[in-house]
Amino acid sequence: MNKILEVRGMSKIYGPGCPLCIESTGPEADTNLCPHCGSVVAIHDVSFDLFEGEILGVMGESGSGKSTVVKSLYFDQAPSGGEAIFYDRDKQYALFSLNAAQQRWLRNHRFGMVYQNPHLGLNFNISAGGNIAERLLMSDLMDYGAIRERAKTLLARTEVLLARIDDLPKHFSGGMQQRVQIAKALATQPPLLFLDEVTTGLDLSVQARILDLILEIQQELKTAMVVVTHDLGVIRLLTGRAIVMKYGRVIEAGLTDQILEDPQHAYTQRLVASAL
Amino acid sequence: MTPPILQVEAYGKHFWLHEQNKLIPSSHNVSFSVSAGSLTALVGPTGVGKSSVLKGIYRTYLPSAGRILYRDAQGHVLDLVRASEHQILELRRREIGFVTQFLHCLPRQSTLDVVARPLLSLGVSRDEARQRAAEWLSAMNLPERLWSVSPATFSGGERQRVNLARGFIIKPRLLLLDEPTASLDPATAERVIGLIEGLKAEGTAMLAVFHHPEITRRLADQVVELAPLPAVEEALKDFA
Repeated sequence: MNKILEVRGMSKIYGPGCPLCIESTGPEADTNLCPHCGSVVAIHDVSFDLFEGEILGVMGESGSGKSTVVKSLYFDQAPSGGEAIFYDRDKQYALFSLNAAQQRWLRNHRFGMVYQNPHLGLNFNISAGGNIAERLLMSDLMDYGAIRERAKTLLARTEVLLARIDDLPKHFSGGMQQRVQIAKALATQPPLLFLDEVTTGLDLSVQARILDLILEIQQELKTAMVVVTHDLGVIRLLTGRAIVMKYGRVIEAGLTDQILEDPQHAYTQRLVASAL
Repeated sequence: MTPPILQVEAYGKHFWLHEQNKLIPSSHNVSFSVSAGSLTALVGPTGVGKSSVLKGIYRTYLPSAGRILYRDAQGHVLDLVRASEHQILELRRREIGFVTQFLHCLPRQSTLDVVARPLLSLGVSRDEARQRAAEWLSAMNLPERLWSVSPATFSGGERQRVNLARGFIIKPRLLLLDEPTASLDPATAERVIGLIEGLKAEGTAMLAVFHHPEITRRLADQVVELAPLPAVEEALKDFA
C-alpha cells in the first residue's frame, strides 16, 4: 500500500495572531479564540497520512476545524503553517509551496471535492450537464460529443435522471444536488476526493443512497477519500481509520472501530457515549 | 511442531472513564497460544473478559498490558499491540477474521454483496465473489429469497449467519468467534458447527467464545479458563 497524502503540522489562524495564540487555545483552554489578540485558531498542528484507496474520517463538532482541514488541502484557503505532500504516481507535490497555477492544475485534474452546501460545489446558473462539462473543460477535454457522453455516464452512475441533464441544479432536490456534485467531483477520476459533511441535512433514505454510492465508487475506482462529518454512523460505515478534532487540535487518532468502542480521550468518550 | 500462529502473553485491558473518573477492569493477565488447524475456547463466567480478549486481538480495543504475538503468512512475527493501524487493517483484510454478534452494513446493500465484499477488497471479480458468497449462504442454510435483500431487516439468527458467511468467506488464517451459534436453532447450529470443523481441517486457527458448554466440549482442542478479575488496585499495578 502506498501513501498518497502526508499532512504535517498544518495550522490556520484567522486574525493577526500573537505569540500566545497557541498556548491560550485548544481543548484544555476550552476555546479556539485567543483571548490576547482575538484571533481564531481554526486548526493547529494537524498531521495524518492517507494511503491509496483508503477512507479516513475526520470527526468532531462544529467549530472543531474539521472543514478547515479539507478546505486547506483543496486550496480553498491557504493555511498559516505546516506542509502537505501529495504523492501522484511517480511525482510528489509539496502542496503549499506550489504556485497558484500549479495548485489550480491539481485541483482540476487530481483532486475532487464535495461540499455540504451544493452552492459551493455547483454553478447554479448552468445546467447539471453544464456543471460537469465545466470541470471536464478545465481538465482539457474539448470535444463536445465526448463531454456530453461522459456527463451522461457520470450522471447515470450517480443515479441522476438523464432526462434532467439540461435542468438547472436549483430545480433539483437536495439529495439530487449532492449527487450532481459527486458526479462533477468524479468527472476527472481523481485519485483523491474530499467530502465535507456530504450527507448532513439530507433525509435518511437519501443519506443511505449517497453513502452507498460513495462506497461503491471507492471500491470501483480505488479513490482515496477524506470524509469530514460529525455523524458517527457515517464514520462507522465509511471509514477504516479516523481522527477526532476539538478546538482545532487532533485529540485522538486510530482505527475507526477502536475509536468508537474504546475511545481514549475524555472528549471522544463523551462524544461516543452521547451518540449511542 | 510448527510454532503457534498466535501467542497472547499477559494480556490485560481496563477502561479509564474520564467522565466518572473510574477504572473498569476488563481482562487481566491472560496468556495462551493458538495453533493452525486447532480451536481454542475461552471459558469463564460472564464479565471475566472473554470478549475483551477477542477485541484486543482484533485491536477494536487498545490493549492495556501484555503482548499479542501473531505469525503472519510470510512467517514474520509482529506484536498486534504495537502494530501500526495500516498493518492491522491489512491483516484484517487478508488474514484475521472476526465474527461478532453485531452487523454493521449499508442500508441498501444486498445480503449477497455484504458477504461478497471482503473478497472484492482482495481483488476477486464481482461475479466470482457473488458466486462464492452464494455458496456460503446456502451452506449456512439461509433461504435464497433473502439474498437480494439488505440484512437490516433480518432476525438475530439470520444476521448471525450473514456474519458467519462474511467471516468464513476469505478463509482467514486466524478466526475469532464471539458466540457464533448463540441465536441459531439447533439444526442450523449443527450446520455451523460442521462448517467450523471444515475450516479448521483446512488449517484455520480459531479462538472462540461459545454460549453452550456442550459446543465447547465438542469443538475445542484446547480450553483456556479465564480467572476472575482482581480488584481495581491490582489492575492498577499493570500500568505502574
